[in-house]
Amino acid sequence: MLLHAQIEANKRKTVLLVSVFLLLFVAAGGALGVVLWDNEVMGIVVAALLGVLYVLLMTSQGTQVIMALNRAREIKSEDEHPFLWNTVEAMAIAARVPMPKVYIIDDPSPNAFAAGMKPENAAVAVTTGLLERLNRQEIEGVIAHEVAHIQNYDVRLATTAIALVAVIGVLSDMALRWLWWGGGRRRRRSERSGGAEGILYLVALVFLLVAPLVAMFVQLAISRNREFLADASGAELCRNPGALASALRKISAVPEPVQAASRTCAALYISDPTKRQRRFLGTLLSTHPPVEERIRRLEQMM
Amino acid sequence: MTLWIPLGVAALAVVYWIAQYNALVRLRNWIEEAWAQIDVQLKRRYDLIPNLVETVKAYAKHEQETLQKVIEARNRLLAGGRAEQLEANEQLTGALKTLFALQEAYPDLKAHEGFNKLQEQLEGTENKIAAARQLYNRTVMQYNTKLESFPSNLVANVHGFKRVEMLEIAAAEREAVRVEF
Repeated sequence: MLLHAQIEANKRKTVLLVSVFLLLFVAAGGALGVVLWDNEVMGIVVAALLGVLYVLLMTSQGTQVIMALNRAREIKSEDEHPFLWNTVEAMAIAARVPMPKVYIIDDPSPNAFAAGMKPENAAVAVTTGLLERLNRQEIEGVIAHEVAHIQNYDVRLATTAIALVAVIGVLSDMALRWLWWGGGRRRRRSERSGGAEGILYLVALVFLLVAPLVAMFVQLAISRNREFLADASGAELCRNPGALASALRKISAVPEPVQAASRTCAALYISDPTKRQRRFLGTLLSTHPPVEERIRRLEQMM
Repeated sequence: MTLWIPLGVAALAVVYWIAQYNALVRLRNWIEEAWAQIDVQLKRRYDLIPNLVETVKAYAKHEQETLQKVIEARNRLLAGGRAEQLEANEQLTGALKTLFALQEAYPDLKAHEGFNKLQEQLEGTENKIAAARQLYNRTVMQYNTKLESFPSNLVANVHGFKRVEMLEIAAAEREAVRVEF
């Protein structure tokens, strides 16, 4: 498949996934309304308000929050790490984005990620392990992958997804707490008008219980899809798909997880920093596509 | 009533025309912006070389020929057209490679902090030039494609947009990536 077609296909998939996400979000709001106030519109309004609030919060200080969560420290001048600094700047030039801020995480396990709501306030973080274990071409490949995430607005999508998952979790939590404290005994429309409304109430309740799980699956599917695209456009930026492939091979060969990595941010990293081995529901639950498949696609670009 | 149809079509055509014109202007500006990035790095190299030459002179007195080549290429860095500048830059890169190889013969040079820093900076500028050139060529390709395809070529012709040449890539460089899966 041509790179261009690959990008288009990825964009379509992302639109689909985000739509599913929003539907899920609205449905969770409606369900909350049915359970709590016997009024689905009210629930949707509450959900929308919470969602907007949370996303706004992430927009205004997302980058700093995420960097702090992963214990990354910023390097502010070229002198602190000339090679890293120059490589980030070169890849940003090739991608026509402003130079992102550069962060280093003190951790021997090689990995990297990008964060930010838009290219103007984006940042790239790499671990000291990455700088030590990979050669220069491989590091350049990794940086190219991260800058490609910034260029494609993947970082915004990922950050928004994290926020929405969190809000759906809050909605579900609200409903469960309310039930726990005995709120369900009030006289309802359902009792006056017979069984159909009662069934709706039950369905809404069950839906609220599973919604956080489904939301997590969707979030993971979004992040998996974006990895292939970032690999492809990253390889184009550094003009060296082989280096990126061998970087992925080295990163995934290290069994130690990134200790400093926050679990909520795992999907942001170039390769799963938690190094969890999954047999049950493996593909559905992983934050990244299988490394072998990513390497195979990169090698076909050579 | 039937008057509305041709009027609507004309309005659409005007909107399309404006959009195409703006897209062409944007691409042309992007090309210049990419060149500006290259230019910044060429100037940086131009400024870094004298320091490097002084440092090397102090440790490796008998390497006049190598130094001469570096200085000669450096002096042509900011002169002439874009193609000439980049050719001078390629010669500079080649000469620098020989120069940096000298550190194997002169341990004092190899241990010199300033020398290492200069080497790092010069290699950094080289990578940035390569990145900016790639951006330049990619943008030129988009621009030229728009210039030649129908119907945006009509807009380009009327407003006098000219074809832009790509910056040639020397055979010695990494070969271009084949963008296919």
